[in-house]
Amino acid sequence: MKPAPFAYAKARSLDHAIALLDGAPDARVLAGGQSLVPALNMRLSTPSLLVDINGLRELGEISRRNGHIEIGALVRHAQAERSSAIAQLAPLLTQAIPHIAHPAIRNRGTFGGSIALADPAAELPACLLALGAEIEVTGRTGRRSVAADEFFKGLFETALGPGDVLTAIRIAVPGSAARFGFAELARRHGDYALVGLAAAGTVHGGGLADVRLAFFGVGDRATRARQAEAALESGNLDAAVAALQHDLSPHSDVHASAATRSHLAGVLLRRVAAQLDSST
Amino acid sequence: MTDRVRVALTVNGERVDAEVEPRQNLVDFLREELQLTGSHIGCEHGVCGACTVRVDGTIVRGCLMLAVQCDGDRVETIEGLSDSGDVADLQAAFCERNALQCGFCTPGMLLTAQELLLQSGAAPSREQIREHLSGNYCRCTGYQAIVDAVEAVALARQGQTP
Ligand SMILES: Cc1cc2nc3c(=O)[nH]c(=O)nc-3n(C[C@H](O)[C@H](O)[C@H](O)COP(=O)(O)OP(=O)(O)OC[C@H]3O[C@@H](n4cnc5c(N)ncnc54)[C@H](O)[C@@H]3O)c2cc1C
Ligand code: FES
Ligand code: FES
Repeated sequence: MKPAPFAYAKARSLDHAIALLDGAPDARVLAGGQSLVPALNMRLSTPSLLVDINGLRELGEISRRNGHIEIGALVRHAQAERSSAIAQLAPLLTQAIPHIAHPAIRNRGTFGGSIALADPAAELPACLLALGAEIEVTGRTGRRSVAADEFFKGLFETALGPGDVLTAIRIAVPGSAARFGFAELARRHGDYALVGLAAAGTVHGGGLADVRLAFFGVGDRATRARQAEAALESGNLDAAVAALQHDLSPHSDVHASAATRSHLAGVLLRRVAAQLDSST
Repeated sequence: MTDRVRVALTVNGERVDAEVEPRQNLVDFLREELQLTGSHIGCEHGVCGACTVRVDGTIVRGCLMLAVQCDGDRVETIEGLSDSGDVADLQAAFCERNALQCGFCTPGMLLTAQELLLQSGAAPSREQIREHLSGNYCRCTGYQAIVDAVEAVALARQGQTP
């Protein structure tokens, strides 16, 4: 299908983008367009105005400052995949990004777009939860920072308000004791995950501390499995797998039943726990 | 507000000035306004890869970019790549190995394969070829012959025989 008519404005600056959004309540930000344009083509979304932020070069940078790595909202998946700074300072992302869609889509799709969309089966929201990232949002009233744990509110629902632009993601540079793990199951390479898991922890004594397990594809949004985290910190992997029954509420759909997803979540937890362990 | 917008871009090396409706996808613009019908339209939501074109040197989904976004950009299609001879060896290998039947997916396959071959230093493995082509559907060949053709060209470009 073809999109319904809309107007198009190319933002000249961040302030200009915010002013444009302010002037039209149903306007949408156009970033990579890899999720928005399909929705337009299928007429699931019929905004009156698209505000194209692709010209805002200041949002396309990866930088290191004050103990953080900062990833601009317009950084493309392909750019992040090749970034040596990300490989060094946020290796979990380097592990996760090849699972996002296909090369032509990664060439256009952006970090900010993926986080703002908050697809429950997407990789990056779960990675940000596992990494305890901060999400920078700029709106009419200025700039604010939202913790990943507070950002994802529900199915395709986030802490972004109308007129807000997601401007950057900040991740603390990990210490030498930090460990990461990632695994996902999909029927075909590049498809959205049936179930996926992004994890982080710190080696402490003989075990792990500060474990963060963020599942995706098993609920209405990326979700931390808090009881399983506690069980893993106490060194009991079987208890952690059992705790997933409590932590997760997977859904059934055409791709897999809730029971299958629940089983696969346990399989992934064992694989990822081995990744966290093997690097101790 | 939904008025047509002026754009100036280059398509296969030639300058194009046009007025486009904001809602027109790049691949529709190429096919309908410029009669470059080598880029195909399958699904119109990013899934099949038939619409693959190059914008500023990298491959994109032609159905997921708006023509109005291409102001100032350098667009290349299968027509341009064919005329320049850049993918002549890939095209020959596809014919030789029966890597196309109806040909609907072929322009997208060629552009995607060419990107992989230009990126990788050493010849990519079959697994890497499959992964790179994973976003391009072919309903005819069963993919095996396509992977064979891309692998043969990858090796030949490294001066090796398959
Ligand atoms: C065939 C196919 C397969 C895919 N597979 C996967 C997959 O396996 N995993 C995965 O994670 N993704 C997948 N994607 C989606 C892809 O990763 C997109 O890049 C991503 O979801 C959205 O990013 P975008 O930059 O394209 O955003 P857009 O499509 O431009 O925007 C998406 C939404 O976010 C809003 N938005 C975008 N940027 C901002 C911002 N800076 N501030 C505020 N709001 C903003 C837009 O208004 C829109 O509502 C797939 C897409 C396709 C077409
Ligand atoms: S027509 Fe663009 S991906 Fe199918
Ligand atoms: S040759 Fe027919 S779709 Fe590929």
